[in-house]
Amino acid sequence: MSVKLTTRQVGDVTVIDVAGRITLGEGSSVLRDAMRDLVSKGQKKILLNLGEVSYIDSSGIGELVSGFTTVTNSGGALKLLNLNKRVKDLLQITKLYTVFDVHEDEAGAIRSFA
Amino acid sequence: MRENASHRPEAVEWFLDSTLESVDSAEELAMGMAQRAGMDEDDLMKIGMAIRESVVNAVVHGNRYNAHKKVRFAVASDGQQFTIRIGDEGEGFDFSSIPDPLAPENLLRTSGRGIFLIRSFMDDFQMRRLESGGTEVTLVKNLVSK
Repeated sequence: MSVKLTTRQVGDVTVIDVAGRITLGEGSSVLRDAMRDLVSKGQKKILLNLGEVSYIDSSGIGELVSGFTTVTNSGGALKLLNLNKRVKDLLQITKLYTVFDVHEDEAGAIRSFA
Repeated sequence: MRENASHRPEAVEWFLDSTLESVDSAEELAMGMAQRAGMDEDDLMKIGMAIRESVVNAVVHGNRYNAHKKVRFAVASDGQQFTIRIGDEGEGFDFSSIPDPLAPENLLRTSGRGIFLIRSFMDDFQMRRLESGGTEVTLVKNLVSK
C-alpha cells in the first residue's frame, strides 16, 4: 500500500486523513499535490491527520516541511494531528516537532485554527 | 534485549536495478535477515529506514536512475554484527557538502535529512569513494547487547 488521502471539511478547516506510507515516489508526490491544490483554491486552514501513516522517510518529512512552508507563505496554517510514535520520534530527532503545531485531539486542533 | 543464541551466519550480495522498486526489494531482503538474526522491532524499523535512505541515495543521487548502472547491495550477519554495504556506479559524492539539517537555518529545507537519519539509526556508518568512481556506504548494527 502506498498512500491514501481522504479530504473532509470541518467548518472552515480542511482535514486530510492520510493513510499508508509517505515515501519517495508516489506517496510523497500525492501529498504534495493535494496540499498545493488546496492552497491554490484558497484553503488556508489545513489539518493533516497522520494517525494511519505506517511509515515515513526523509522524502516524506521533506513533503511535510514543503507543505508547511507553502501553506504558511500563503497566509494560512498547516497543523498535524495524531502522530504515531514513529512519526513523532522522527520529527523529534530532526528537530521539526517544535516547528509544527502538533495535536492529539481533533476537536482541539480544529478550535486552534480560530 | 536482542537474542542471537540460535543465530546462523548469513551473507548475500545483490546487484539491483537503478529504480525505486529496488528500494523495496533491498529493504525486504535485509528485513528477513535481520529478523532471523534476532533484531527487535525497534531495530528492524531503524535498519529498514537506514537501508531505504541509503538505496534511495544510490539510485537517485549516485546512479541517477541510469538503467545501465547497478546498485551493489550486500548484507552479512555473523552473530555479532549486521552489516550492509551499498555501492553505486555514480560519479562520487561529497558528503561533507550536505548542510547540517539540525541547524536553525536549515530546519525548513525540504531535503538533506537522509544521511543524518542513517547516522542516527545505525551503530556505525562509513562511506568511501570506490576506485571505480562510485560511492559505497557501510551500515553496521551491533547484534550483541551492550
